[in-house]
Amino acid sequence: MSAGDGAGDGPVVEIVGASVSRAGQRVLHDIDLSIERGELVALLGANGSGKSTLLRAAVGVLPLESGTAHLLGRPVSQGRAHDGLGYVPQESADTGSIPATARETVASGLLSARRWWPSARDPRVDAALEAVGMADLAGRPITRMSGGQRRRVMIARALVREPELLVLDEPFSGVDVPTQQLIADLFRELSARGTTLLVVLHETGPLTDDISRAVVLDHGRMVHDGPVSERPHLDPGHGHPEDAAPLDECLGQEIHPA
Amino acid sequence: MISMLDILTSDLLRYPLIIAVLIGLTAPVVGTYLVQKRLSLLGDGLGHVALTGVAVGWLVGAWLAATPADLLAIPGALAASVIGAVLIEYVREISHTSRDVALAILFYGGIAGGVVIIQLAGGTSQNLMGYLFGSLSTVTRLDTVIALVLAVVVLAIGVGLSGLLAAVTADDEFARAAGLPVRTVNILIAVMAALTVTLSMRIVGALMVSALMIVPVAAAQHLVVGFARTMRTAMVIAVLCAVGGLLITVYVDLPPGGVIVLLTIAVYVAALVVRSLLAARRSRPAGGPGPTAADAAPVAARGPSHR
Repeated sequence: MSAGDGAGDGPVVEIVGASVSRAGQRVLHDIDLSIERGELVALLGANGSGKSTLLRAAVGVLPLESGTAHLLGRPVSQGRAHDGLGYVPQESADTGSIPATARETVASGLLSARRWWPSARDPRVDAALEAVGMADLAGRPITRMSGGQRRRVMIARALVREPELLVLDEPFSGVDVPTQQLIADLFRELSARGTTLLVVLHETGPLTDDISRAVVLDHGRMVHDGPVSERPHLDPGHGHPEDAAPLDECLGQEIHPA
Repeated sequence: MISMLDILTSDLLRYPLIIAVLIGLTAPVVGTYLVQKRLSLLGDGLGHVALTGVAVGWLVGAWLAATPADLLAIPGALAASVIGAVLIEYVREISHTSRDVALAILFYGGIAGGVVIIQLAGGTSQNLMGYLFGSLSTVTRLDTVIALVLAVVVLAIGVGLSGLLAAVTADDEFARAAGLPVRTVNILIAVMAALTVTLSMRIVGALMVSALMIVPVAAAQHLVVGFARTMRTAMVIAVLCAVGGLLITVYVDLPPGGVIVLLTIAVYVAALVVRSLLAARRSRPAGGPGPTAADAAPVAARGPSHR
C-alpha cells in the first residue's frame, strides 16, 4: 500500500463549508467533516436528510456549490485523489443492458485516472472475490445474482483497489442477515488493518459496537458528530422506536419511500 | 459464373469485400457500448448527419472542379459525423433535457441539409441514393484506404481500451469516484460511432449503418454472457453477415446494404430461437419435483420450440 504517498498525517477526508444544490434546491448546508486515518465513521439520518448526497459530493460524483473537499490530502477534483479511494455506490437499478460478469465488474475496480488497462486475470481480482465469498460465482453476470451477492461484488470492486479509504452507501440494504454479518466482519478486519471507513447506514446494525464516530444529518444540516450512543434520535419516519427494533425485523424490506 | 478468384482479383469486388470485413469488425464494437449506454439510435442520427457531409463534400468538390464530382463526399461525411458526434455529446452534457429530442433534430437536420446542399452543388437527391442505401459500384481505392485507417482507429480505441470504456458505460458513478476520464470516454465512443458510420455508409447506406452496430450485439446477448464475450460474439456475427451478404449480391442483383441487414436480423431471430430452446430444456430438470404437463405447458407455448 502507498503509505506516506503524499497523504501524510493529515485527515483522510476533509470537507469544509460544503454546500450542494440539486435542481435549484439546496440539499446540503455548510457541512464540515474531518475524518482521521483508521476511523470507522457512520453517516446517519432519515431518508432525504442528505447523507448520500454528502457521500457523493465527498467522492467527487456531485459538484460542490461552495466549500472544499479533500481526500487523502488532495482536492477531490484531482485524479490522484481517487487512487486510494474505494467507493461502493448505492444499489443502482440500471447496471447497463449488457451485464458484465462478477469478474469483469471487479476487474474494472483496478482502473484509475492513470491506469486504463485492467486485466480480469489479475490475481488481485480473485483475492477480492475470495474476500467477499464470491469466488465461486466469478463467471456469473451480475444481473443473475441476488441483491446480497451483487452487493458483495460491488464491495469487491472497491476492495481490489486496495483502498486507504473505503466509502460505502448503505452496504446492508437489501442484504440478508448472514451476508450482513459477513460484510460486517470484513469491515472490522479492514478497520483493524488501518483502512479508514465512511459508511452511510440506515441502521447501525451489526456495526454498532465498531463505529468510532457517528455523524447525523437532518434536512441537509449536521446535527451530531460524536459517539454513536449520544446521537439524537431524529428518525420519526419509520414507525419503530430507536434501538428497540432488532435489526432482523427491518431486513428484506427496502425502506426507500419514493 | 463468377469464381472466388475473380472476386479477389477484381478491384470492383475486392475493395467492397475489404470494407465489408472492416464494417463487420468495427460496427459491433461501437454497438456494444451504444447498447450498454442505451443510445442505440445514435448511429442512425450520425448516419443522417453524414449525409449532409456527403452533400457538403460534393459542393466543395464542385467549387474545386474535382473529378470525380464526389471525390470529397466521404471526407465530408467524416467531418460532419464527427462534428455531429461531439456536438450531441456536448448537448447531452449541458442540457439535461431529453436526448431523444436532440437525436430527432439530428435526423431531420441531416436529411434536410443533405437534399438542400446537394442541389446547391449542382446535383440531385438521386446522387444521394447510393449513400442512403449503399452500393458496390461507387467504392474506390481511396474509400478503401480511408476505411482501413478509420477501422484501425476504432479498433484501437474500442478493443484496446475496452476495460475502461466498459467500466464507464456500465457504472458512471463508480467511474467518477475512481477518477476515470468519464467525459473523454463518452466523447471517444461518440467519435468512434461517427468513424464507423463513415466507413460503413458506402456499402450499407446511411439509413442502415446503425443496424450493423446494434443487431449483432442484440443477437450475441441471446447466446453468451459477459461484456467481453458479447462483444467478440457480435463481431463474429457481423463479419459473417457483412461478407456473406456482399457475396450474395455478387451472384444475385440485390442491394448489398439491405441483404446484409436482413442477414443480421435472420441471425438475431435464430439466436432468439436457440435461446428459447435452451431455456426450455434447462427449465425441465430444474422445474422441481415432477412438474405436471399442465405446469410445463405455458413455458413450451412461449418458445417457438413448441412441437
